[in-house]
Amino acid sequence: MASAEGQQHPLKIYYIMWVALFVLSGFSYASDFMEHGALRTSVILLLMFLKAAGIVFIFMHMGWERLALKVAILGPPVAIMVLIWLMSYEGFYVEDTRIENYGPSTFEPQAVPHH
Amino acid sequence: MSEAVLEPVGAAGVVNDFARDKQVFGVPWGKAMMWIFLLSDTFIFSCFLVGYMSVRIATTDPWPNPSEVFALSFGGDPIPLILIAIMTFILITSSGTMALAVNMGYRRNRKATFWLMVATAALGATFVGMQAFEWTKLIVDEGVRPWYNPMGAAQFGSSFFMITGFHGMHVSAGVIYLLVIANRVRNGFYEKRGGKYEIVEIAGLYWHFVDLVWVFIFALFYLW
Repeated sequence: MASAEGQQHPLKIYYIMWVALFVLSGFSYASDFMEHGALRTSVILLLMFLKAAGIVFIFMHMGWERLALKVAILGPPVAIMVLIWLMSYEGFYVEDTRIENYGPSTFEPQAVPHH
Repeated sequence: MSEAVLEPVGAAGVVNDFARDKQVFGVPWGKAMMWIFLLSDTFIFSCFLVGYMSVRIATTDPWPNPSEVFALSFGGDPIPLILIAIMTFILITSSGTMALAVNMGYRRNRKATFWLMVATAALGATFVGMQAFEWTKLIVDEGVRPWYNPMGAAQFGSSFFMITGFHGMHVSAGVIYLLVIANRVRNGFYEKRGGKYEIVEIAGLYWHFVDLVWVFIFALFYLW
């Protein structure tokens, strides 16, 4: 529990979190070799949230703070879910109107040049 | 002692914290302010990432494959996304050294705190250097511009430069911030002020946030 002296925790917790971040990031990188699809997307998002939670709760000590601070800081970002929903809805609508009015893309992509 | 036992927990505790006409969060004011700043920064980065999502959905042109765009060749076949992977591991390493610096600060081990913060800043500077290399490769070799790129949708360049540029700016600012605080830890500035080292934790919050944002950029821009 946090005391007047601040956040003082055993070093072991940080070492475990550090190693966990390395392992999870390794998995994240490995996910780039997966086939595109729902499974790959889920793996990417799951690893992202696990790493984010580890950083916020252990490294940033949010897990040991008062519930009042947790609610005040972690609560508002939930509203972003609404923005994501609105903007994806809008995005698909814009895509549909573009196809309807301008037709499908005529862009001919070139291969990535490597030197 | 008995007061601690009687303190309400859960939702009632939150209400009590906000209603008792005292400091609400039970943390130094600088830490509360840093958290509130980081909350506002969360919304800025969220707006960028949601904007990126929106234009990526809306474009009819094919989206360039980040796995190929960010591949790097060391003499042989290009390895997908390898530079980004190295940058990710550098940033994680710096997060670890920062967490240890905070711990050493509370132990009033000034020497260890100073060197761990310098190591964190050096890793951060390395990250920015690699990002400069990445941008150069993208602009000069691959012809990516904010308004056009030969591999696909033009929105790729605009969202890439906007998001990674803003993040790189945060890392650069963090390097300067860490070096200023590290120097003050070294020269005994905080000893004259009662030997409180919560400032190291506050600087650490900023640094971990920069790492946190990278986790989201890595997943949503580079891997998606």
